[in-house]
Amino acid sequence: MAKPSASEAPKREPLAGVLLGGPRRSLEKLGSQTIRVVSELGEMVSLLLFAMLWLVRPPYRLRNHLAMMEFVGVGSLFIVVLTGTFTGMVFAAQSMYAFGLFGADALVGPTVTLALTRELAPVLTGLMVTGRAGSAVATELGTMRVSEQIDALKTMAVNPVQYLVAPRVLAGIVMVPILTVVFTVVGVLGAYLVTVVWGGQASGTFIEQTRYYVDAYDILSGVIKGAVFGMLIFLIACYKGYNAAGGAKGVGQATTQAVVVASITIFVVDYLLTIMLLL
Amino acid sequence: MGRLESEMPRQRPEEKDVAGHPRAADKGSSDVIISIRDLHKSFGGHEVLKGVNLDVEVGSTVVILGVSGSGKSVLMKHVIGLLRPDSGDVFVDGRSLSRTDEHGLQEVRRGFGMVFQTAALFDSMSVYGNVSFPLREHFRKMPESEIRERVSEKLAILGLSGHEDKFPGELSGGMRKRVGLARAVIMEPKIVLYDEPTTGLDPITTDDVDNMIMQAREALQVTSVVISHDIRSAFKVATKLAVLYDGRIVAEGQPEEIANHPHPHVRKFVGTHFHGS
Repeated sequence: MAKPSASEAPKREPLAGVLLGGPRRSLEKLGSQTIRVVSELGEMVSLLLFAMLWLVRPPYRLRNHLAMMEFVGVGSLFIVVLTGTFTGMVFAAQSMYAFGLFGADALVGPTVTLALTRELAPVLTGLMVTGRAGSAVATELGTMRVSEQIDALKTMAVNPVQYLVAPRVLAGIVMVPILTVVFTVVGVLGAYLVTVVWGGQASGTFIEQTRYYVDAYDILSGVIKGAVFGMLIFLIACYKGYNAAGGAKGVGQATTQAVVVASITIFVVDYLLTIMLLL
Repeated sequence: MGRLESEMPRQRPEEKDVAGHPRAADKGSSDVIISIRDLHKSFGGHEVLKGVNLDVEVGSTVVILGVSGSGKSVLMKHVIGLLRPDSGDVFVDGRSLSRTDEHGLQEVRRGFGMVFQTAALFDSMSVYGNVSFPLREHFRKMPESEIRERVSEKLAILGLSGHEDKFPGELSGGMRKRVGLARAVIMEPKIVLYDEPTTGLDPITTDDVDNMIMQAREALQVTSVVISHDIRSAFKVATKLAVLYDGRIVAEGQPEEIANHPHPHVRKFVGTHFHGS
């Protein structure tokens, strides 16, 4: 069988190219994804700055702000009360069992309260608000984007960042800390119910131990976390919705991304804030 | 229009259209309210607009015709400052949009009304809420009675009286477009832009929308710019037609001039209406 001439033979990639092709492509992919993430972060910071700037510039749409606060705060109250109560109850039940093993039942009250004020209340409230209000905001803005309602606002000389983004971010900053406090209060009440009413611990023990170990700074740290999470949830939701593209599928993707990114961000930022607040 | 002349490039990049016809602006039109000059725009390496030149005279209805994907909507978005050109400029009432910041663009946009292809009505608001929205935003101290009076007047002109409390989801396509127009003209703008106003509508509703555009010009004395690929409607409503092809205006003029234009694409495009081929 005749051998193909050099000109007919298929051109082979050099061995070095074959060996390095895979890692190079992976590096390129990693690089492009890094650029995309950094670029998105920059755009989000820019959106936040513009939203804050437009908050202090007229016109001041008080009714718009109150409506958003009602949507975020009052609208999320029921699920926050529900999850807060059961979180406190479950945590108290588990703590009673664990502390009972070495006779430290008296510490159930302060342990549950500290955990609630510092960590559980802001994180779980943030996650609840992300699922209920953050997803709704991403869907609403995404739908407005793909149906040209945001363009319509611009053509009517209404700034969409001022009209849509600023009230939502402000509602998050104001209402999520309040919901965090509500979560803490109902959580502690749930813990009281399990420990004192059903568990038989003396009421005075629960209250006095809690007062001794928990101070105002613990509550304040939870409130600070709530405010930061509130801002992040609605910034991410607004950014994802505002930049949605491609019809119903694009809106769905924007909503999913908003919920996933906001939830992960809450956990990561929670760790960073915890370290900062413990310093 | 002295300011317009002073801000425009001294040397016009294209004095004749592709087919060699003199431009409308060169025919002595002095009351130009929108002037598009050598507009270029690319997206991701794809050049959509390759040097568009067009003048829109006060009180006219200019229809920009073009096949789908020819860049009509991109051109329209430049006219109202929603997109920035790569090069070239759009002058509105003599004001360069390229050299205007976002705050200035908001001022310019107050002189515009825009009717979107999908109407772009706010889902969460009733017809009354949608139409009154610009008034509430820009005249914050206007009494409710005056807002109601103005909204009722516009709705009556467009045959929408009695539908104030309906929501966009309860309206037909034609009604949505009319509500969109009512919202666009409530501020009594000088210019109304229509983005594909008859796309996807049945023939009767298309006729209604055509009449609505002519009514807006006659009753409200507005200058209209319409982008469309609906040739029948275009020839009905236009006082001037422009054909966008391959990123450029290849023909512009009175409807009868366009009907007999020698450019092969124009002949092919409008021929489907006049000659059925």
